[in-house]
Amino acid sequence: MFVGVDVGSKYTKVVVMNENKEVLSYVITRTGTDLKQTSNSAFEEALSKAGVSKDDVKRIIATGFGKIAAPFADDETTQVISAAKGAYYVRPSTRTVIEVGAEESRAISLDDNGNVKDFALADKCAAGAGSFVDAMVRYLEVTPEEFGRLALQATKSIPMNAQCVIFAESEVVSLLHANVPKAEISRAIHDAIADRVASIARRLEIRDDVLLIGGLANDIGFIDAMKRELEREVYVPENYPPEVVPAIGAAIVALETYKG
Amino acid sequence: MVSVQESEYWRWPEQIWVDESKDWKNAEVISCGIDLGSVSTQAVIMLDGELYAYANMRTGTGSVASAEKAINAVLEKIGDMKRENIHYTVATGYGRVSVPFANKSITEIACHGRGAVYIYGDTVRTVLDMGGQDLKAIKVDSRGKVVNFLMNDKCAAGTGRGIEVVCDLLAVPITQAGELSLKVDEEPEPVSTTCVVFAKSEILGLIRKGWSKEKILAAFFNAVASRVVELLERVGVEPDFAITGGISKNIGVVKRIEDKLGLKALKPKNDLDPQLAGAIGAALFARALYLKEQKKKK
Repeated sequence: MFVGVDVGSKYTKVVVMNENKEVLSYVITRTGTDLKQTSNSAFEEALSKAGVSKDDVKRIIATGFGKIAAPFADDETTQVISAAKGAYYVRPSTRTVIEVGAEESRAISLDDNGNVKDFALADKCAAGAGSFVDAMVRYLEVTPEEFGRLALQATKSIPMNAQCVIFAESEVVSLLHANVPKAEISRAIHDAIADRVASIARRLEIRDDVLLIGGLANDIGFIDAMKRELEREVYVPENYPPEVVPAIGAAIVALETYKG
Repeated sequence: MVSVQESEYWRWPEQIWVDESKDWKNAEVISCGIDLGSVSTQAVIMLDGELYAYANMRTGTGSVASAEKAINAVLEKIGDMKRENIHYTVATGYGRVSVPFANKSITEIACHGRGAVYIYGDTVRTVLDMGGQDLKAIKVDSRGKVVNFLMNDKCAAGTGRGIEVVCDLLAVPITQAGELSLKVDEEPEPVSTTCVVFAKSEILGLIRKGWSKEKILAAFFNAVASRVVELLERVGVEPDFAITGGISKNIGVVKRIEDKLGLKALKPKNDLDPQLAGAIGAALFARALYLKEQKKKK
């Protein structure tokens, strides 16, 4: 058995994979404040879900911003490599990976064998990350799911002037006061995030298929905005939640670097 | 009501002032400058190019209403002056086009340059305006004319709005935050990101780690100062150097900028409030424009 652990700023993901590169189980849990505690219990939960014991595990690879908080891992890998490996695994036709997490986003271009050709990272700015949505759903008083659906109901696009999430908060409040429908506000916010994320991707040569991963790829409003922004089809993983993909990638790294 | 007070730490005091030693009826030109900012609005009345009265108020939800509120406050303080007595009004700031009673609007870059020379004297060459929603580094000549400028208006890092958010989070009154941040034995590492959204989560983490408010403020202001210095260095810092805008009153930010630049910021003449720079500049432009009009008529 091989294990990938991805300690993200908001969620920790653990994947258990067998020798045949089949995913046996995955766990997604809030990272919280005690990173070590979280990664440990997520690890144990994933093992029990897969019905395997610790002794069966041959190699563990950690990734993500908090990867040092998984001391039980044998080694670590970069977020770019784990995202690339995972994306190519869940959709082999992927040539461009766009990952949007809670605090970070990145774009990676792959060659036909799934190797990393090039990548681009965002500046540490919440306007191009999932935190934007977290801040906005509070103001709109909707759930993240409703927030995504709302964007699809918008009948027209209105521009957001603010580029910064802090300023967008006040802009959204004034839009609400001006009785602008929540659907239009939601679409404007999704367009603003997609604009930021697409500008990272455009630093690379964008080739089809484009695969969206990371937590924000659960948001149908964001997927739709990315399609419009990039003017092409954009895919999300079919069989796995999009945020679990880098942990799958880490498990693949564990398998591939295992020297019997 | 504790919950109400808790969200009010960002509140800074409004000010209304008039120079009682002057009589406006003796003035040849009464000019008015309105600086309608995103966070604060200032109305300034000048008599023949000398500061006479001002109001420094929080900007409300409507631009027009905020401008009206500031001008009414200052006129009320003066007592017997009416709007009709003002010869010329110039509006500046982010909401400048929506000041209905202004004769003209002029960009805040130009007004801050001119106002800074009035407040700090004609030796000032680099003006850093730290406002509620943007940062501007402005180079001026001895008359306060803008030679070059750079601004950051895309991001809350280093702006007054960013500092308000952090003060709210730490439950520290904004007027005390600067002073408090200097009460650390050793300067902590800056917070890792100047993005205010991420700084918020980082600060929550530091609170959990048991950091004192003083230390957290120090780490945050340290990051703010680094960011500001980056902007300043891009425009090139020439002495004398001055800071305008609301954050110029935050000693914690100012001192850290000075340390990083290895340069002391000028002190305002006669204790003038540097938050008035934009409105003073606008009132000075108003006077000049009025005199020009009169000349044409003759």
